[in-house]
Amino acid sequence: MSQITNILVCGVGGQGVMTATEILAEAAISLGFDVKKTEVAGMSQRGGVVTSHLRFGRVVLSPQIVPGEADLLIGFESAEALRWSHMLRPGGIALVNAGRIVPPVVNLGLFDYPEDPVARMRALGLAVHAFDATSLALELGNIRLGNTVMLGACADRLPFPAEVLRDAVLARFGARKPQLVEANREAFEAGRRAVAGEAKAA
Amino acid sequence: MPATQPVPAAARLFLSGNDAVARAVWEAGTRVAAAYPGTPSTEILEVLARYPDLYTEWSVNEKVALEVALGASMVGARAFCAMKHVGLNVASDALMTITVTGTEGGLVIAVADDVGMSSSQNEQDSRYWGRFAHVLVLEPADSQEAYAMTLAAFDLSERLKSPVILRLTTRICHVKGVVQTGGRSEHEPAGFVKDPRHWVMVPGNAKPRLPSVFQRETAARAEAEASPLNFRIDGSDRRIGFVTSGPTFMHVRDAFPDAPVFKLGLSCPPPLESLRAFAATVDTVLVVEETEPLLETEMKAAGIACHGKDVLPRIGELAPDVLEPAVRRLRGEAVPEPEHVPPQQVFPRPPTMCVACPHLGVYYTLSQMRNVLIAGDIGCYTLGAGHPWNALDSCISMGASMGTALGMDKGRGKVDENKKVVAVIGDSTFMHMGMQGLLDITWNRGNVTVLLLDNRAVGMTGGQDNPGTGRDIHGEETQRVDFARLCEALGVKKERIRVVDPYQLPVLFKALREETKIEEPSVIITNRPCVLIDHYEPAKSYLVEEDRCTGCGNCVEVGCPAIHVTRRDKEVKASGKEVDLSFVRIETSACTGCGLCVQPCAPKAIVHAQPVQSIQSVQFVRK
Ligand code: SF4
Ligand code: SF4
Repeated sequence: MSQITNILVCGVGGQGVMTATEILAEAAISLGFDVKKTEVAGMSQRGGVVTSHLRFGRVVLSPQIVPGEADLLIGFESAEALRWSHMLRPGGIALVNAGRIVPPVVNLGLFDYPEDPVARMRALGLAVHAFDATSLALELGNIRLGNTVMLGACADRLPFPAEVLRDAVLARFGARKPQLVEANREAFEAGRRAVAGEAKAA
Repeated sequence: MPATQPVPAAARLFLSGNDAVARAVWEAGTRVAAAYPGTPSTEILEVLARYPDLYTEWSVNEKVALEVALGASMVGARAFCAMKHVGLNVASDALMTITVTGTEGGLVIAVADDVGMSSSQNEQDSRYWGRFAHVLVLEPADSQEAYAMTLAAFDLSERLKSPVILRLTTRICHVKGVVQTGGRSEHEPAGFVKDPRHWVMVPGNAKPRLPSVFQRETAARAEAEASPLNFRIDGSDRRIGFVTSGPTFMHVRDAFPDAPVFKLGLSCPPPLESLRAFAATVDTVLVVEETEPLLETEMKAAGIACHGKDVLPRIGELAPDVLEPAVRRLRGEAVPEPEHVPPQQVFPRPPTMCVACPHLGVYYTLSQMRNVLIAGDIGCYTLGAGHPWNALDSCISMGASMGTALGMDKGRGKVDENKKVVAVIGDSTFMHMGMQGLLDITWNRGNVTVLLLDNRAVGMTGGQDNPGTGRDIHGEETQRVDFARLCEALGVKKERIRVVDPYQLPVLFKALREETKIEEPSVIITNRPCVLIDHYEPAKSYLVEEDRCTGCGNCVEVGCPAIHVTRRDKEVKASGKEVDLSFVRIETSACTGCGLCVQPCAPKAIVHAQPVQSIQSVQFVRK
């Protein structure tokens, strides 16, 4: 990876994209990196597109990732991952939740949801690790564990030990909801395992 | 005293530009801070309200917020107000006179421009107001600078006895970076000095003060030339020297690390002599400013040759991916096609209303009405302009639905003769700027039916309080406005004011039909809270009984994001007409049981479900 690590997190408003990026940022800060994080917020809270850019390194100037320069694309929703694929650099990795969130415009029949977004991404020559993080979170008992699952999935692809990220996740939830610490630890490891298997298969 | 949050000691914190401004406002010893929520500026006051030792408020609009801040400044206190770009248009009436009175206690106005238009009705450059009002404009480039420049702004304001505009952009407000902070220093107000020639702006007093505006501008020019907020970085590649203001500095440094850069922090008035000296050290000067060519024009007028909007876009952000090709073109180099993955076509995903939003019922009802002209307004209910309702014919600015509706009523000709005029407005918007419009409607006998959607929150910006919620910025109880009586006081007849439940579609429909028929101003107030505010209580969720669903699609037309089409089909009617069918499923975990979709379902296919799991929908979770 280059001097600066560029991570793009994308999804749908309300999925916890911003919180997940915030936790990644906290992990990077704890290691002494300079960090900048930006997102397209505004009305995204109401089911719109959300993207969050995270850059860290020795010194970070612009907060925005230039298209074609993301090292890691973390897609919380499959169609959104496809929408932002052009942000990945050659050789970058996409971690994608295969779960879908279908918007009203698709339900109304005005647009089609892409057939198989992950396959389309692979056809573009991208390295994609996909798994159904939403179902995994539901199996663990709470759909809101989905973002911890996604963080677990990217933990072994960061320029720092996975444990640093795990501790940042647990610290965040430990402070707010101590009763959820164990569930989050499990979700994190489940995400990690999910892509470890995928990686071998790919 | 307001609820306080523990204030961390001087530390290295990870702050957004908004957080950083708030922190600095507190550290500067400010006593009074006011704002009206508006993306991307909202969080400044939200954060500030959690600090101790200062008074904070949501004002009903930006003009009032600025007036509150000015009052505090008059008595010698440090004062602050925040707004988004369009808010400064509202506050401009006060601003243009403050420029003449000047200020006592430091007065800083943070204005957040939505460069890139993530959530606004226009993209405007607030730096113009600095020129127009002859006040200083500071432009930070990231969170650390937002913090430092806020502190500097208070000093400048007190030194020059002038308000100072802190121009932020979305890319400052919502970007987080590492900030080195300090502690609070107290600023005891000097006290009010009675002096009508200073504060009472009748012509006789204002005229003698006018020269002071220009004296101040001369002093400000000297400040700008000497200010450490304006500096240059010498680079090794002297072909192009960049003049930057605001966040473009970071983009330029990132994209062209070897180029000389003149960084403007105090950009109005511009330090023209320093810029002239800089220009002499490079082959070509390129001014990189978002969004209007202000500095470029001023430099050219001063005889400094430069490029700017001839190569750079006038719309949107000037991020590295925009700068690089533009600079290549300026250098006469070819612009190569990027080698990476091309952008993919995916369906649009516009923001939509929340599951069970009380506005759903209103827009469903409006979309069922024929022959109506609907003047819309700014807020969550603007989303009614989108699918499936397509129920807004206009949306201009805060409160404009009232006046536009009256104008539609008075101006319509033969073609629109049979149409009814409806204006839609939210509770907070109504108090922000709508009341005067309604007064105009009643006074001038407009035939307009006003839908006042009282959801007891400023919904779009995250559910802030307003005089209609009965709570202040700290969530503490205060008087609550009575909209029915307020409308009556504004001249609407008592019998023409109705309060209806927007979840009861037939009642709402009937009220609308009746009120639009009567040729008088009328108001229909809806009374259900925004589902994102804390005390919204979900009811038992619903599901669709598959064997009963006829696929009529009526429930889809309500527009609730919890309803999903599972299968589409076509049916040929006896008449030979082909109809599209949509069979549906309700996302039970997202459904909160508002019951809206149940009402248009003729075969009664939508029934209560046993809660599958008690988790709220992803659309719902309040951060
Ligand atoms: S935030 Fe409130 S008002 Fe806005 S769409 Fe959601 S429920 Fe409706
Ligand atoms: S309104 Fe009733 S019958 Fe029509 S699609 Fe919806 S659930 Fe099926």
